[in-house]
Amino acid sequence: MSKKILIVDDEPSIVISLEFLMEQKGYQLEVARTGDEAMQAIHDFKPDLVLLDVMLPHKNGFEICQYMRSKPELADIKIILLTAKGRKQDIEKGLAIGADEYMTKPFSTKQLVQTVENMLKK
Amino acid sequence: MLPNWFIFIISLLYLGLLFAIAYYADMRADQGRSIINNPYIYAFSLAVYCTAWTFYGSVGRAASTGLGFLPVYIGPTIIAPLWLLVLRKIVRICKQQHITSIADFISSRYGKSPFLGGIVAIIAVVGIIPYISLQLKAISNSYGILTSFLGSADPSGQSLNSFFGDTAFYIAILLAAFAILFGTRHLDASERHEGLVAAIAFESIIKLLAFLFVGIFVTYFLYDGFGDIFTQARRLPEFARFLTISRDSGVDWDQWVWITLLSLLAVMFLPRQFHVSVVENVNEKHIQKAIWLFPLYLFLINVFVLPIAVAGLLHFPGNTVDADTFVLALPLAEGHQWIALFVFIGGLSAATSMVIVATIALSIMVSNNLVMPILLRVRALQISRSKDLTRPLLMIRRGSIIVLVLWAYVYFHVVAEYYTLVSIGLISFTAAAQFAPAIIGGIFWRGGTRNGALAGLIAGSLVWAFTLPMPFAAQAGLLPGSIVTEGLFGISLLRPYSFLGLEGLDPISNSVFWSLLFNTGLYVVVSFASRASILEHSQAVMFIESPWYTAREGRYQFWRGTSSIEVLQSLLTRFIGEENTKKAFYEYARIHETDWQQQQQVDQEFISYAEQLLTGAIGAASARAMISSVVKEEPISVEEMMGILNETQQAISQKKTLEKKSRELEQATTELKQANARLLELDRLKDDFVATVTHELRTPLTSVRAFAEILFDNPDLNTDQKNNFLNIIIKESERLTRLINQVLDLQKVESKTMEWELTDIDFSEIVVESFEACSQLANEKNVTCETAFPARIPRIPGDRDRLMQVMLNLISNSIKFAKDDSGKVSVKIAVKKNHLRVDVVDNGIGIGKKDQQIVFEKFRQINTPDVGKPAGSGLGLTIAQRIIEYHQGSLWVKSTPNKGSTFSFTLPFERQKENALPT
Repeated sequence: MSKKILIVDDEPSIVISLEFLMEQKGYQLEVARTGDEAMQAIHDFKPDLVLLDVMLPHKNGFEICQYMRSKPELADIKIILLTAKGRKQDIEKGLAIGADEYMTKPFSTKQLVQTVENMLKK
Repeated sequence: MLPNWFIFIISLLYLGLLFAIAYYADMRADQGRSIINNPYIYAFSLAVYCTAWTFYGSVGRAASTGLGFLPVYIGPTIIAPLWLLVLRKIVRICKQQHITSIADFISSRYGKSPFLGGIVAIIAVVGIIPYISLQLKAISNSYGILTSFLGSADPSGQSLNSFFGDTAFYIAILLAAFAILFGTRHLDASERHEGLVAAIAFESIIKLLAFLFVGIFVTYFLYDGFGDIFTQARRLPEFARFLTISRDSGVDWDQWVWITLLSLLAVMFLPRQFHVSVVENVNEKHIQKAIWLFPLYLFLINVFVLPIAVAGLLHFPGNTVDADTFVLALPLAEGHQWIALFVFIGGLSAATSMVIVATIALSIMVSNNLVMPILLRVRALQISRSKDLTRPLLMIRRGSIIVLVLWAYVYFHVVAEYYTLVSIGLISFTAAAQFAPAIIGGIFWRGGTRNGALAGLIAGSLVWAFTLPMPFAAQAGLLPGSIVTEGLFGISLLRPYSFLGLEGLDPISNSVFWSLLFNTGLYVVVSFASRASILEHSQAVMFIESPWYTAREGRYQFWRGTSSIEVLQSLLTRFIGEENTKKAFYEYARIHETDWQQQQQVDQEFISYAEQLLTGAIGAASARAMISSVVKEEPISVEEMMGILNETQQAISQKKTLEKKSRELEQATTELKQANARLLELDRLKDDFVATVTHELRTPLTSVRAFAEILFDNPDLNTDQKNNFLNIIIKESERLTRLINQVLDLQKVESKTMEWELTDIDFSEIVVESFEACSQLANEKNVTCETAFPARIPRIPGDRDRLMQVMLNLISNSIKFAKDDSGKVSVKIAVKKNHLRVDVVDNGIGIGKKDQQIVFEKFRQINTPDVGKPAGSGLGLTIAQRIIEYHQGSLWVKSTPNKGSTFSFTLPFERQKENALPT
């Protein structure tokens, strides 16, 4: 059974590129465009990994990440923060609140795919 | 019925209560737990100003002159705020120099002159005795009214039995005993008497309560409030002049001015006021509160004066009852003897507090400035041999208190019975006012000299004696009456009430005017004409510069000479006692970290310290004399003295400069801090802006890179997919370019480096062209576009391309957010008085109230999930707003969610001058 990935981003073009890359590797996908949709999808879709943007409508990625790490039943879900916020303090904050990986946009597609695969293998 | 003995016992009990309070406060002071160390007690103690004269006499004066009772309270109210300047300075000087009376103050300032101190003491005693006697008169009168009313139903206050003279005598003796017990309990260098102050403050509370009580009783129980009393008062023949100030009312404007002036001086320079406000002051900070508490007290105690006066006149028509006794007569006539008794106690408070404080203050002057200098001079040998002088000193004080009280009692019988309370009080006020020129001049004018002060004081007090007490004595039959009517020796210029031919002033104004004129005039003229001695000079500096000295610096070292510790110790022990001397020496050693018992020779500072200790006990002049008798003095030349003075002057001016500099530095630091904070804030804003721009640039770049890599890694993609991905790359690149352009635009506008090309523009052309440019977008979304222009539109000055940019932005926004199928966007131009107004209206989703301001902020886009993320940089409206602002118009939005939005802006027909050139 293939692993499930939730893509959370409000930029249509970026969503399309991520969908293409993850489908190519055979993962099951679900897309959320706002923070609220993301919260819903985490419970309904029960992904193995979330590709999470930070700047989102309603609820930002940091808040979602924090929420997930406060729930024991969501503890196994991997989180990759994928964001254009590239300052050092943003990265530190992301990792501090429990993200497994922090990638700055624009990202290398190869590196992203590699990171996702490594994480889901474990 | 309350019998005589009952009232007498009540009075005794009341005095007993005072004793208890004073005893308790003294005990607490000895334990170091003062109960008077607060501004409220201080203010209440200042209210010793309100004597029996206020308590009984105000109503009497109001009954005969209407508002004429007021100036005596207006004066202190006016001067109170100035206490921060004057009183505070005097308090500080007295603390620095151990000054304990007004005579010592003047004597100290003018070179510690014993003669000057003696003159001040004599003026004070002669001037204040009538005032003390007036209190005795008030007690005796009130006692008489109370008992005669009780005995008969006939409300006649005239029948004073000879028996009550004796009552006044007993009261006088009791008060003297009180003054002795709490005013001269021990000899203390600071002359502070906490028990006395506590008792005085308590009395001030009692007299206020009693007066308010009878005021409320009369106003609200005998009558129906203020309105009722004054309505009924209309039938009084004298009422018409009651509320006016004119010669008919007995107090005209001249008199108002003179009495106001007189009382504002008296409230500071009456010996008892000086004593409670300066000598008994615990902390100079208390003055800050007293400057409004004290006037408030005066106000409260005067509120009911007029109603009581009117009520008295209505009740006792035809002058059957002395108006000075209305406060007692009214409740008695109504059969409320208990209220009358309370009023009597209030009056007793007012009178006793004055007598006690005044006699203590005078006794300090008499002993330090009259008796001691004479004793030291006349029987110098015996005095210096005597082992312990503390007891004789105390005996002198006590003796003088008894003599003063008895003197006042005699005066009361001989003279005071003939006059009203107020007129006697004003005589004393005028005497006290004589101290004003020497004191005020002394603390602010360096040029004032001993001879000047002496000349002014003597002249002023002689004029006073001639124009006030003398005619009084003549009217009392002690002197031939012709002096008043025809002048001294028959010379008409020397008529006391029309002195030097000045007609038209009442006796008090006449006396105030002439005595102060002679006093001030001679003080100034003689000061200019005479030279100050070395000691005068140094004292002048220390008085005037007092705020700049600490207590220790205040002991300036004008002693050139040496002495041994034993000699000084034995000298001080004789005057202030062994224990006090040792305590003081230990204190000095503690502060200076030396062991005084080890020292043989003492330095000048120590000698000055000893002199100050002695000053507190026997006055500045005598202390000076005593110290110089035991110090081996080396002559100090005028040049040396001036040298020392100059040094201190320089030190002080440096201190002033330093303080000024440090204030300037502080201010500069604050300004720098603020500037720094502003810079940091700007820096933070810039940082945020850069971070946001970076974020906005990275987003399209992400898609470009991702799809480029996908296309590169997947050469076998089908054509549709390939085209789709390439299309995204192109769109995102365009977005990137737009963003960069807009950031540059914004930066130019904000840094004012934008180049503007101003021409005269027909704005309708811009609208039409903008619609054309957007036609494709409109067609895609199926949006209808409309315009509504008036026939003639004035041309406006503006930059065509930039205004086009604004219109394009607004129209494309409107199209983007217009309703999907039945979208409609219209542009209306309206010609107003001095500007053009343009509205861009759509029927789209609208903007919520709270977001209407946000849309103009940088990078702020309203995310509406149903519509998806809006395209655009989030800078368009910000730039549009800046462009409109450059054209001196304004841009705003009105919107109803789900109905549509209207973006409007104005463009003036003419540019304002100051902004004509872009900078």
